[in-house]
Amino acid sequence: MNMTSAALRPYVEGFKTLETAPAGNAPAWLAGLRRDAFARFADRGFPGERHEEWKYTSTRPLEKRAFSLATPAHDSVSARDIAPILVHEMPVHTLVFVNGNPVAALSTASSAIRGLRIFSLNQALEQNAVVLQPYLIPESVWADDAFTALNTAFLKDGVVVDSDAKVQLDRPLQLIFVSTHQTSSLACHPRILVRLANDSQATLIETYLGLEGAANFTNSYTQIVLGENARLEHLRVQRESLGDFHVSRVHVSQQGGSSYLSHTLNLGGLWVRTDLQARLEAPLAEAVFNGLYAVNGRQHVDNHTRVDHLAPATRSNELYRGIIGGHARAVFNGKVVVAKHAVKTDAAQTSNNLLLSRTAEIDTKPELEIYADDVKCSHGATIGQLDEQALFYLRSRGIDLQTARALLVEAFSLKLLERIPASRLRAYAARQIKTALPRQSAVAEWA
Amino acid sequence: MLSIKNLHAKVEGRDILKGLDLEVQAGEVHAIMGPNGSGKSTLVHILAGRDGYEVTAGSVSYLGKDLLSMVPEERAHAGVFLAFQYPVEIPGVNNVYLLKAAYNAIRKHRGEEQLDAMDFLAMVKAKMQFMEIDPSFLNRAVNEGFSGGEKKRNEILQMLVLEPKLALLDETDSGLDIDALKVVAKGINRLRSPERAMVMVTHYQRLLDYIEPDLVHVLAGGRILKSGDKNLALELERRGYDWVLAEAAA
Ligand SMILES: Nc1ncnc2c1ncn2[C@@H]1O[C@H](COP(=O)(O)OP(=O)(O)OP(=O)(O)O)[C@@H](O)[C@H]1O
Ligand SMILES: [Mg+2]
Repeated sequence: MNMTSAALRPYVEGFKTLETAPAGNAPAWLAGLRRDAFARFADRGFPGERHEEWKYTSTRPLEKRAFSLATPAHDSVSARDIAPILVHEMPVHTLVFVNGNPVAALSTASSAIRGLRIFSLNQALEQNAVVLQPYLIPESVWADDAFTALNTAFLKDGVVVDSDAKVQLDRPLQLIFVSTHQTSSLACHPRILVRLANDSQATLIETYLGLEGAANFTNSYTQIVLGENARLEHLRVQRESLGDFHVSRVHVSQQGGSSYLSHTLNLGGLWVRTDLQARLEAPLAEAVFNGLYAVNGRQHVDNHTRVDHLAPATRSNELYRGIIGGHARAVFNGKVVVAKHAVKTDAAQTSNNLLLSRTAEIDTKPELEIYADDVKCSHGATIGQLDEQALFYLRSRGIDLQTARALLVEAFSLKLLERIPASRLRAYAARQIKTALPRQSAVAEWA
Repeated sequence: MLSIKNLHAKVEGRDILKGLDLEVQAGEVHAIMGPNGSGKSTLVHILAGRDGYEVTAGSVSYLGKDLLSMVPEERAHAGVFLAFQYPVEIPGVNNVYLLKAAYNAIRKHRGEEQLDAMDFLAMVKAKMQFMEIDPSFLNRAVNEGFSGGEKKRNEILQMLVLEPKLALLDETDSGLDIDALKVVAKGINRLRSPERAMVMVTHYQRLLDYIEPDLVHVLAGGRILKSGDKNLALELERRGYDWVLAEAAA
């Protein structure tokens, strides 16, 4: 066990509080699930640096803080507070959570879409708990994962999207998780389940916003199940405050011909870890992972991705780009596993990183495990600075140094945006990225 | 307009320019010729303000100002323009964006109002047509994937849009086919005026068939070894540089 008992105490106390609280309409098996999960967490604690998956990201900063369980939503969050993260490029369904608690007044999602249901997790537990049960048991790959265990133990609310076959969600669903300033820091553990049956399609925009002064811990777990030929486009925008901690796990399992298109934007937070995994379980399933992280100051962001090619003729394509300034540190680890019988797999992975200062750091590592013959797998990683020749070229045209630098940083992020096919979603992503990139006047601060 | 006196410069610790003198008056077109590696690009880069060159002696005055103390963008604002021998590809920044940002930056410096977006586009399109550049190039990334000739034409387009006072053209004729050469020459001639000066670095007489220079210089060994009128270029074309070097050594 890696954790000191002092570090563990707030979690133990939190769990006690939770267990003694009235259960409401929650099914009885949930209590057992929680208890098991908490026991696993208490037994192992957070992963130490000797853990292969946590080599470059220490959980110490997280352990040093005591987070209490999220209290009911803060009334003071207004539409204006969350305006920066709202989508106005297109109509969307919106569900808003403040410190983990749903806020109906700010939400607009209708549950009356033909053949597709959007619930809060609590509603879903009340209405359809039996169907949900298998999906609340964490994926076996994360059976030993402290954060998954925590999420299950403290699972309180979240979102369930469940479709029939051949349904197309009429407009994207945006989930907004807001972290607000509190006198004592809070932890919340949102759980998101998305199940698209055969031939169904949806767009999910999962967003995390931190308000001024927030210093909370958000630990989310998203599970996605795609039936045959189902298609999910999934944009994740993580823009918490500079005091916020963020961990998220996204697990996707895919049937034949399904496609999962992920765009992960890490644009905020103090200490951020994201794990994204797709299992391509049947032929012609395809996963595209796009990612952009932009960090500065003392921010730390770690992206671990993994694609399991478990069937013939599956495809994955991954591009992560990082912009790292100040004393920030970024980690990218992209794992691709090709099972023995997964012949004709096509997997490509690229990681490009732009360091804007001498003190910025990046650890980027591809990990290929290929057990099949007749596969096409490629990977490449680059780490570079702003192109001096391009800077001079721009300046020789009258563009000042700061503007030229900002222009080149933005240009670097464009390759990522180009991989978002839907133009309105791309416009939204572009707007989000723009707020995070060094502005003309501030480029020097990233150096 | 431009007065270079006894310019000495080093690159990576090596002396490249060794006491170069050059006077350019408004309205003049100068051609600079010289062997490979003699320092022609070095000279125009130093004038445009590129990093990596160490000026160890001498001075450059431009419109009465100390050019060497200005950063590259200030020089551009003051009307200096360099058409690059090797134009830089800038993925992710599109051509029209660059043109507009550059144009507005320069206008702002002159205290002029920014041009309305529609008017700007109309102006650029007219100039593209003049340079026989397809309008689709507006939205392409700067120089990315352009052929050698397209890059050179694009440099001249930028020059036509920005209307500099002092144009430095580094081998703008290299790599052009006959038709492209005519188009580029047409572009350069269009800007010729009594208020403007041009310094063209070239290896070939053929550009000078279209753009008649007022003065021709031979840059070798880091200095201007010989200057003359347009006939000097014809003579160089016939006889090469050896005789100039021999004459200078004598
Ligand atoms: N960044 C650099 N590092 C090292 N050497 C350099 C650098 N830039 C220029 N040089 C050297 O300086 C000398 C002059 O180069 P320059 O490019 O000015 O020549 P040039 O006259 O333009 O030649 P060309 O006709 O081939 O274009 C060459 O010997 C070149 O190798
Ligand atoms: Mg040259």
